[in-house]
Amino acid sequence: MSATEHGTMNLKLIVWRQSGPDKPGRFETYDAKNITPHHSFLEMLDVVNEDLIKAGKDPIAFDHDCREGICGACSAVVNGVPHGGQERTTLCQLHMRKFKDGDAIYLEPWRARAFPILRDLIVDRTALDRLVQAAGFVSCHTGGVADGNAILIGKPEADYAMDAAECIGCGACVAACPNGAAMLFAGAKVAQLAELPQGQVEAPQRVAAMVKAMSDNDFGNCTNHYECEGACPKGVKVKFIARLNREFTKALFQETLGTISTNRGTSKE
Amino acid sequence: MILDGKAPTGKIQDSWDDHRFASLKLVNPANKRKYKVLVVGTGLAGASAAATLAELGYQVEAFCYQDSPRRAHSIAAQGGINAAKAYPNDGDSIYRLFYDTIKGGDFRAREADVWRLAQVSNNIIDQCVAQGVPFARDYAGYLDNRSFGGAQVSRTFYARGQTGQQLLLGAYSALSRQIGLGTVKMFPRTEMLDLVVVDGEAKAITVRDLVTGEVRTHVGDAVVLATGGYVNVFYLSTNAMGCSVTAIWKAHKKGAYLANPCYTQIHPTCIPQAGDYQSKLTLMSESLRNDGRIWVPKKKEDCGKAPGDIPEADRDYYLERKYPSYGNLAPRDIASRAAKEQCDEGRGVGPGGRGVYLDFSASIERLGEGTIRERYGNLFEMYERITDENAYKRPMRIYPAPHYSMGGLWVDYNLQSNIPGLFVLGEANFSVHGANRLGASALMQGLADGYFVIPYTIANYLAQTKPGKVTADDPECRKSIADVQAERKQLLGINGKKTVSEFMREVGVLMWNNVGMARSQQSLTDTLQKLPGIREEFWQNVKVSGSGDELNQQLENAGRTADFIEFAELLCRDALHREESCGGHFRVEHQYPDGEAMRDDANFTYSAAWQWKGTGQTPELHKEPLKFDNVHLAVRSYK
Ligand SMILES: Cc1cc2nc3c(=O)[nH]c(=O)nc-3n(C[C@H](O)[C@H](O)[C@H](O)COP(=O)(O)OP(=O)(O)OC[C@H]3O[C@@H](n4cnc5c(N)ncnc54)[C@H](O)[C@@H]3O)c2cc1C
Ligand code: FES
Repeated sequence: MSATEHGTMNLKLIVWRQSGPDKPGRFETYDAKNITPHHSFLEMLDVVNEDLIKAGKDPIAFDHDCREGICGACSAVVNGVPHGGQERTTLCQLHMRKFKDGDAIYLEPWRARAFPILRDLIVDRTALDRLVQAAGFVSCHTGGVADGNAILIGKPEADYAMDAAECIGCGACVAACPNGAAMLFAGAKVAQLAELPQGQVEAPQRVAAMVKAMSDNDFGNCTNHYECEGACPKGVKVKFIARLNREFTKALFQETLGTISTNRGTSKE
Repeated sequence: MILDGKAPTGKIQDSWDDHRFASLKLVNPANKRKYKVLVVGTGLAGASAAATLAELGYQVEAFCYQDSPRRAHSIAAQGGINAAKAYPNDGDSIYRLFYDTIKGGDFRAREADVWRLAQVSNNIIDQCVAQGVPFARDYAGYLDNRSFGGAQVSRTFYARGQTGQQLLLGAYSALSRQIGLGTVKMFPRTEMLDLVVVDGEAKAITVRDLVTGEVRTHVGDAVVLATGGYVNVFYLSTNAMGCSVTAIWKAHKKGAYLANPCYTQIHPTCIPQAGDYQSKLTLMSESLRNDGRIWVPKKKEDCGKAPGDIPEADRDYYLERKYPSYGNLAPRDIASRAAKEQCDEGRGVGPGGRGVYLDFSASIERLGEGTIRERYGNLFEMYERITDENAYKRPMRIYPAPHYSMGGLWVDYNLQSNIPGLFVLGEANFSVHGANRLGASALMQGLADGYFVIPYTIANYLAQTKPGKVTADDPECRKSIADVQAERKQLLGINGKKTVSEFMREVGVLMWNNVGMARSQQSLTDTLQKLPGIREEFWQNVKVSGSGDELNQQLENAGRTADFIEFAELLCRDALHREESCGGHFRVEHQYPDGEAMRDDANFTYSAAWQWKGTGQTPELHKEPLKFDNVHLAVRSYK
């Protein structure tokens, strides 16, 4: 935080460049000049890209949309840390006041088996969507549902569900995990819905289907490194992974007892 | 031409139910699967529509430009969603929500559409609760409410400061369920670049796969556009970087009328611009106005002082002063103009004197910092990340920013455009908000359109058409592909000197300065003179590198910018023709001595729907007269 209020900085960027999914990639070095402390990280990249375009070179491709930390699009590893390591902050909300003149910054895409690189810093995260498609929902139809106040939900339960629902689906947890696991992502969804009465009916089937979908989609296993929690820009807690494990054990147990079948096949039937 | 919105007549209380049951045809369940509906856009409006139509049995193909439907800009809505549940027992009703929306829109919306919105608002809350949306609850377990601008009741439901996110994730989960079941085919990272009209009906779209660059058509029996708003025409706005006018503009160029483009909403509570490099403006939810008091120094010479050093007596709480009954909760257009006025008078604070204070100290004293943190914690954090200032200790600085577009494609009561088979939902249409939208009403509209209106009204169209009428080898489809490819090729071949963002910034600054919060005949004519020059320069001097057969973000932006430049002309023309002030459209020539907007009901009680006549040609104006049988056209007063 040594950049002065009005001082501008010059930085070196060492960026992963890869022109397509099956193309070889390499690091390239660029200068980021005259960056103010008020530039956001992505606005700094905009400056570099304008220079590249003017020099007739290909700009750095990166995912971004809302630029206010909520859509989950932005995604890059900065100096080895997804989103750059400022607590509860997405890359688009990271500001250059966290850097100082002369810094060298390494920029890489999310690296995980489940997330193939599409170009430069852009990866394919549709595997996360497929986890939700497998069972990350309550199977209700539009219309014909009960009044919103018909089933009361205690404030602590509502707050717990909301804590889990903060997830923006950026995939930083997967990128941070040495095994490329999606347990924090899946755990948050399982926990949110298992906590609410509306989601409890299908809780065992949901957790079983999501666990299966994780292995079907090339996500690794969780071996309790808990890097995911540190990388999560929304502060989603690993307690939700514990909840997933509990829900899963419960579901298996209920299945053994014969009280439920987890094999109802919420999808593709 | 005089346009007919085909709103039902008769008692407004019964209008939607009567229409649904008596006028709309149904498609029998066994036949539904023979029809394919193309849904472009998977924000609140599109995701809810796609999910519901698929549940009903139609084949659905859905498209969005992001990598996942969960990232549509609906995700960014913070404050909440309205409904006429009247849980707090404070006098709310469907009629009051209807009335507030009509009045908030400055009497420039169709009555029956607004009534329907108010009526189905309650179903939306129930639906979202059933999906597992974690709305805020009180200690007894009941749904909690807060108040929003332009209303004197508490009817806004919320999920912390992330209501849009939670509602979208609800709709996304319903959509995902259908994708999993195979009833919706989802095409993310796919941008619609043309509408295909065959024999006068909308039957296909042409898209570009943003990863491979492939251009292709998708054919269906009806097309639903739910592609969001166009305020990125001002370059800096609260919208996401990818929000564009492209989908509706391409449809407009294929014959769809675009209505009231000059109705744009400038949101009063955004973080002020800090520098030229800035790429977007960030909203601080209007719900903050529940507990924050807005002020500027009374004396110009105090503007440079730290806010804490300005004594109470030297502060001007100008909204409370000017609008005693609504105070800090005055509607957005009014609050925005009032902020501009203070800054124009030289009493603004922060960089460039473009800012006013939003001060929480009184609420913190009254309720404690914990309560304020609970209500708005994430917003305060966001503010600090961007400005490096702690708003618990020092008032926030805010300034108005472009936020929402009330205008959009013209639709009738069935949400069908003037092109049969083309339906338009959510922010992309012009329907219910008139000249100004009230807070927490866009989420309501998007979900109303998608969950509860389109499933009925599209059936009426489909029931009267044969499925599979058009195929991909139709000459119109082939021509559309060729046109889209030719345009890409042209953009890539110019190889000029100016970048795409230089053009977009130039247009944005021009539009914001001349057509932003205040417009005059002079500023509009000036802008209309400059825009064609920018357009021509763009097509001669823009620099887009790379190729069309790969992921090429410059090429994507170039297309969007080209459309914005053309669209800006229409926006100005509409603003110039509307010789009155109403809602978000403020013409300096038309104001009361105290600076309030002056409507001209005798001459302008209509929606203006424009028909494309070619590049550089004057578009043709069609009018849809507005009739008010259930509210009295009054001067909108919030004093
Ligand atoms: C910061 C912010 C805060 C807000 N807060 C509130 C609030 O508290 N309460 C409230 O009621 N309203 C609020 N609003 C307004 C509200 O969020 C939006 O009006 C509403 O969500 C729009 O929903 P939509 O479905 O119409 O469009 P969007 O959510 O914008 O979705 C548009 C969809 O169209 C797709 N798309 C666009 N163009 C193309 C194309 N050419 N090809 C393919 N796909 C395309 C996109 O990918 C996306 O899926 C807020 C808006 C903003 C910006
Ligand atoms: S761009 Fe949306 S979270 Fe960063």
